[in-house]
Amino acid sequence: MTRQNPYKFNIDQLSKKALDIRRDIIAMLVEAKSGHTGGPLGFADVATALFFNELVYDPKNPKWPDRDMWFYSFGHVTPIHYSALAEAGFFPLKDLMKFRKFDGHLQGHPSNLDSPGIEVSSGSLGQGLSIAFGVAYGSRMDGHPRRAYALMSDGEQQEGSIWEAVMSAGHYKLDNLCAVIDYNDIQIDGRIEDIMGIAPLADKYRAFRWHVIEIDGHDFKQILAAFEEARATKGKPTVILARTIMGRPISFMNDNYEWHGKPPTKDQGEKALVELGTSLQEWSTHLLNN
Amino acid sequence: MPEMKKTREGFGRALVELGRSNPDIVALVGDLSDSTMVSFFAKEFPERFIQMGVAEQNMMNTAAGLSLLGKIPFLSTYGAFATCRCLDQIRVTVCYSDLNVKIGGAHGGISVGPDGATHQAMEEISMLRALPRMKVIVPCDFEETRKATHAAAEVWGPVYIRFGRENVPVVTTPETPFEFGKGLQLREGGDVALIACGVMVYEALEAADSLANKGIEARVINLHTVKPIDREIILRAAEDCGAIVTAEEHQINGGLGGAVAEVVVRGNPVPMELVAVDDRFGQSGAPDELMAAFGLKSRDIVAAVDRVIKRKLARVF
Repeated sequence: MTRQNPYKFNIDQLSKKALDIRRDIIAMLVEAKSGHTGGPLGFADVATALFFNELVYDPKNPKWPDRDMWFYSFGHVTPIHYSALAEAGFFPLKDLMKFRKFDGHLQGHPSNLDSPGIEVSSGSLGQGLSIAFGVAYGSRMDGHPRRAYALMSDGEQQEGSIWEAVMSAGHYKLDNLCAVIDYNDIQIDGRIEDIMGIAPLADKYRAFRWHVIEIDGHDFKQILAAFEEARATKGKPTVILARTIMGRPISFMNDNYEWHGKPPTKDQGEKALVELGTSLQEWSTHLLNN
Repeated sequence: MPEMKKTREGFGRALVELGRSNPDIVALVGDLSDSTMVSFFAKEFPERFIQMGVAEQNMMNTAAGLSLLGKIPFLSTYGAFATCRCLDQIRVTVCYSDLNVKIGGAHGGISVGPDGATHQAMEEISMLRALPRMKVIVPCDFEETRKATHAAAEVWGPVYIRFGRENVPVVTTPETPFEFGKGLQLREGGDVALIACGVMVYEALEAADSLANKGIEARVINLHTVKPIDREIILRAAEDCGAIVTAEEHQINGGLGGAVAEVVVRGNPVPMELVAVDDRFGQSGAPDELMAAFGLKSRDIVAAVDRVIKRKLARVF
């Protein structure tokens, strides 16, 4: 099997898929009555580009030895992780309707022993980059073309363990390692710069010997170009700082930190899904039947 | 005087042996190659050795990442740092995900000596034992540490092996059986059972000798695998001896003694005494001086036996 993304969607196809994924996120959260809404919606475009254009995997054979490996270090964004996995074919869409339920397999935070497409369980912040570092280091040791992706939040950059990993990846010049930061400037308690400032983040990574790419995380052209630039960058790991808007594009969630850790009510979900061109009834039925 | 050898050397030698027979073995170290004796491996297999610097959290999860590729990573630093410093990584990434990561904890126990409390790992058995899927081995001497390291490579999943800094008495030979998860009876006796791990196995044997002079026959069990625990050997000891004394170079809270007690209270409640560090931090000093000051010598085991046998005879549980 060739090492390539199974979909290789163009920008039009990616936009359509990202819309479906956002609909999935809302419908599954309404059903779950618990979970995170804002972050998953904001990261939906980057995640769609990852799964439908960039990452190398086989959804029918999640343990395919030649696959890339990706790590959602910010485990709490499971709605985007799970909906992308389901849309990509790792498991049926109807499973999303049992998110966070006792009789479903989709844990509140990702669990590798419960769901396919998850390499390592996560949920405690600041751990994914080190795992990706280990994968990148070991792959280089084996002369394997695999790439390792660490997907992180901006708030998570406050964890000290992140900087241990940043330092070691720079030291070992791991150019098969790509980090992506969902830079929406929001964490649970408020604005990042009010809670615990991380700026200037690009300069910090550069000082730790990384290649830094700053993009608009909602512009597919920029997202795809960044992944291409990361692959072409030699002798350094790459971090993509994807500026995103939490809750986008739902009018009453956009850039509002109150939407970090709560699900929409049924009414709010209905409003959101109407904004996304469908209805709660229509999209829930679609999920349950697929 | 018995022959003396370092347990950490058993770890270092075993890693090299494993490296020769299995190309998937990799070693990581946190700036302590010589102390952990991972330097032997680093010298012979530089391409499979990873220097991680002073960053234990990153080292733990790097090992996790390597394990996803089918490698068998052994990481090592002082036991206090290999566990407490990165317990969250061990819990969420390694244990919850059931990854094949092997942790070598050097400088276990008070016998570390002059470095003092910060470097004397005395809580990690208890902490790691609480984690589902974690296995904990506390070998008693050079040879047993070598065997435990080989066993760790064979058993799937997270394993912690504790070893020490100093030369310690040789208790086992290359021919002594070692089975992961199974205790080993070293001496027969029916008045009391002494169940020990690590360097306390030697102290228990010494105690049994002096008890024999007093007419007390003590059974001695080397319970090198603290988790999963060998229920059978413990319950047989409870049944046959009617009294148990545990001995470990660890806090009294939740270590080997606690693990044995959990089996005993549910299976066959007999009087027990626990020889361990009594809920306090260590300090600087010579290893032997500290073992004595912290109540970890054979005479402390003998005193515990006196207490437990009184309770046994009085049927006071």
